[in-house]
Amino acid sequence: MNKSIMIVGVGGQGSLLASKMLGHVVMQAGYDVKVSEVHGMSQRGGSVVTYVKYSDEKVWSPVINEGEADIIISFELLEAARWVGFLKKDGAVVVNNQEIAPMPVITGAAVYPENIGEKLSQIGVNLKLVDALKLAEEAGSAKATNVVLMGAVANVLDFPEEMWQKAIDECVPPKFLELNRKAFALGRQCR
Amino acid sequence: MKELLLGNEAVARGLYEAGCGIVSSYPGTPSTEITEAAAKYPEIYAEWAPNEKVAMEVAIGSAIGGKRSFCGMKHVGLNVAADPLFTVSYAGVNAGMVIAVADDPGMHSSQNEQDSRHYAIAAKVPMLEPADSADALAYTKAAYEISEQFDTPVILRMSTRISHSQSLVETGDRQELPLKEYKKDPAKYVMMPAFAKAKHVVVEERTAKLREFAETTPLNQVFWNDTKIGVIAAGSTYQYAREVLGDSASYLKLGMVNPLPVKLIQDFAAKVDALYIIEELDDIIETHCRKIGVNGIGKELFPWIGEFSQKLIAEKLFGEKENTFTFPESIPGRPPVLCAGCPHRGLFFVLNQLKVMVSGDIGCYTLGASAPLSAMDTTICMGASISGLHGFNTARGKESAARSVAVIGDSTFIHSGITGLIDIAYNQGISTVIILDNSITGMTGHQQNPTTGYTLKGDPTAKVSLEKLCAAVGINRVRVVDPYDLAQTRQAIEEELAVEEPSVVISRRPCALLKYVKHKAPLKIDTEKCRGCKACLQLGCPAISVANGKAAIDDTLCVGCGLCADLCRFHAIPTEEEKA
Repeated sequence: MNKSIMIVGVGGQGSLLASKMLGHVVMQAGYDVKVSEVHGMSQRGGSVVTYVKYSDEKVWSPVINEGEADIIISFELLEAARWVGFLKKDGAVVVNNQEIAPMPVITGAAVYPENIGEKLSQIGVNLKLVDALKLAEEAGSAKATNVVLMGAVANVLDFPEEMWQKAIDECVPPKFLELNRKAFALGRQCR
Repeated sequence: MKELLLGNEAVARGLYEAGCGIVSSYPGTPSTEITEAAAKYPEIYAEWAPNEKVAMEVAIGSAIGGKRSFCGMKHVGLNVAADPLFTVSYAGVNAGMVIAVADDPGMHSSQNEQDSRHYAIAAKVPMLEPADSADALAYTKAAYEISEQFDTPVILRMSTRISHSQSLVETGDRQELPLKEYKKDPAKYVMMPAFAKAKHVVVEERTAKLREFAETTPLNQVFWNDTKIGVIAAGSTYQYAREVLGDSASYLKLGMVNPLPVKLIQDFAAKVDALYIIEELDDIIETHCRKIGVNGIGKELFPWIGEFSQKLIAEKLFGEKENTFTFPESIPGRPPVLCAGCPHRGLFFVLNQLKVMVSGDIGCYTLGASAPLSAMDTTICMGASISGLHGFNTARGKESAARSVAVIGDSTFIHSGITGLIDIAYNQGISTVIILDNSITGMTGHQQNPTTGYTLKGDPTAKVSLEKLCAAVGINRVRVVDPYDLAQTRQAIEEELAVEEPSVVISRRPCALLKYVKHKAPLKIDTEKCRGCKACLQLGCPAISVANGKAAIDDTLCVGCGLCADLCRFHAIPTEEEKA
C-alpha cells in the first residue's frame, strides 16, 4: 500500500496546516511518510504545492510527478486545472469551489478559464467540489477553509475519525480548536 | 522517539545532540529553518549575523575558542563567506565546526543554480550530503566527529528538496561537552605566509587521510541487488533512482561527496554491467570517476540544469512517458506578487511613474520587477544595487545619475549595501539610493536583523539607525518617506534626483504581514462611482480585480492601505477617513 497526495493552492491559503494534519494522521497509522514543500517565493501569493507520500514500506522520493497522485487536494479552481496532469487516471480531485485571479488575469494579460469544474469532469477527472469557503464562514472564520477541505478529504481516505481529531488537537492553537473542529465536521458532511 | 522533521529541523536536532554551543547564520532560502530551529534549544546560543562572512567568522572564533560551532547559509551565501572558508581550512579547528550550505537546484528561490561541491574541492574541506532527514541528523553529528578527528571545518551540503522535505527521524539525547582548552598557537591560527606555507602541507596530508577515510566510512553505503545496473548517486538523486529502479539495480550512495573514494568506486563499477552516475547540477562525481579510470553514463544522458525527479530519471533511462490528464485550455501563470498592503508597492508605483532606471537587489522587493509595476532594471546579488548604480552612473555621467536610483532592503543594506554606499560617498558619486526599510528580513519569512532592535531569540537589543549610519559614512542628504504617501514619496525622490550630490531616501513602513501591524478595514468599491477605468490595477495589488466593467476588492486580502483610493480620480474607493 502506498499513497501519493498533493495539496495545491495559492500562497497564504493555509496548505501548510493541511499537510501537517495529514502527516500527523499518517504517522499515527504507523506508515513511513515524506512531506515535501517549497518555501520562499511561493509564499507571496504564488502557486504552492505540497507532496505527501506514505507507504507500509519505505518511501524513497519525497516528490510526486506527472501521473502519480492518488488524490489532489486543491484550495482553488485554477490550481486544480494547473496540476491535474499529476493525477493518476483513477485518482480523485477534492477542490475548493473558489476562484482567485492571478496577477496576469488581474492585469488583463491572460484570461481565467470559465467553468473549470465542468471541464475537469468532461476530461474524465473524478472531481469533488466543496464550498469550503462558505462552510468555513459558517463554522466561524474564512481562515478555516483548509480544515473544511481536510474534512472532505477524510471521506476519501480510510483513517479513523479519532486520528483526525487528534491531528486537529495537535496542529491547531487551543483557542481556535472549537472553530476548527466545527469546520472539519462540516467538511466531513460533503459526500 | 520518532518525529516527522524537515531536513533543516533535523540538522538543528543534530546540532543539539552533538553538543553544538554556538550558531551564527544569515537567513537564505532554503537554509533558514536550520538556525530558527536551533535557536529554540536553550542550550544553544544562536544569532543572526549581518552576513554570511561574519557568521562564518563567528563560528571559526567559537571553534578555536573550544566550543562546537555552526554556521548556515544558502549556496550564494557561501560566495560571501568564501574568504574565511579557504583559510580556516588551513588553520583548522579546536572544537568541531560545521558549515551547512543549501543549494537550490531548480532555482525555487534563488538567482543562480551554482553547485556548492566546487567549494569543498577548492577549499579542500570534507563535505557530507544527506539524502533525507534521518541522514541530516546523523551526518550533522558525524560531521563534528570528522571535524575534530581531522582538524578541519566540515561542510554539510543540503538542497531545497532535502531541506524542505519532512521524513521520520529517531531523536536522541544531547551530548554535553566541556569547553575545550584554548592554547595560544600562532603557527596554527595566524595565517601569515610563513605559517600558512607549513599549513598547506598539513592540508594536503589531511586530504590524503580523508581520502582513505572515504573508502571505509559508513557514510558511503553500497546496496547490492541485481548487478546488471549500478547507480552512483548522492542526496535526493539517490532517492529518485531508488524509487525508479528499486531492486533491479545496485547502488553506491555517497554520503561523503568530498573527498570521494577511489577503490570503493572502482570495486563497485567492476561488479556491475552498466554504470550510471546520476547527479544534479555539475559533473563532480563523474569527473572523479573518469580520473580514476571508471567510465559510466552521466551527463551525456542526464541534464546539467534544474532539479531532477524520479520521472526525469525514468524518462532518461527507459524513455517512459505517462499518459496523463490535460486541461483543455491554457492556464494563466500564478507568479508570486507583492502582498496586499505591501509598503514596497507605493514606492515601485512611483518609480514606474518616474520612468527611472532602477538598480535592484535581493529580497521581496525584487518582485517590483514584475508587471504591472515593472520598475527594476538589474538584479545581480546582495548589495549590488548600490555599487552597481555607482558604476552605471560613473559610466554614463550626470544625466544618468538624475534618472536612476538603487533600491535595497534594510537587511540587505546591512548585509553588503553599506560598503557600496561608502564607495559612493568616498568617490564623490552623486547617485540616489532608496532603502526600503520594512523593519524585518521579509523574503525568507520574517527574521530579525540589526535594524529591527531584536535578536534571533527575541530579546530587545541595540538598533542600527539607518539615518545616522548613512550620515556617518558621508551622505549629507538623508530623508525618510512613508511609501503609503505617494505624493510625498514622489516629491522626495524627484528632489534627490535633481541635486548633484549623493543622497539616501529611506522608504519606511513595517511589512504588512508583521503581527504587530494594525490593519484598517478592507476598502469597498462604490460601484455607482466606479467607471471601470482600471487606474487602480496599475498597482498590481492582488486584492483588486475588474469584473463586468467595475473594480472589485477582495475583502479577505485587503488591509485598507488606501493606495488605490489615492489613485481613483472618481472617488469610487472611499477610505475610512473620507467616510467619517
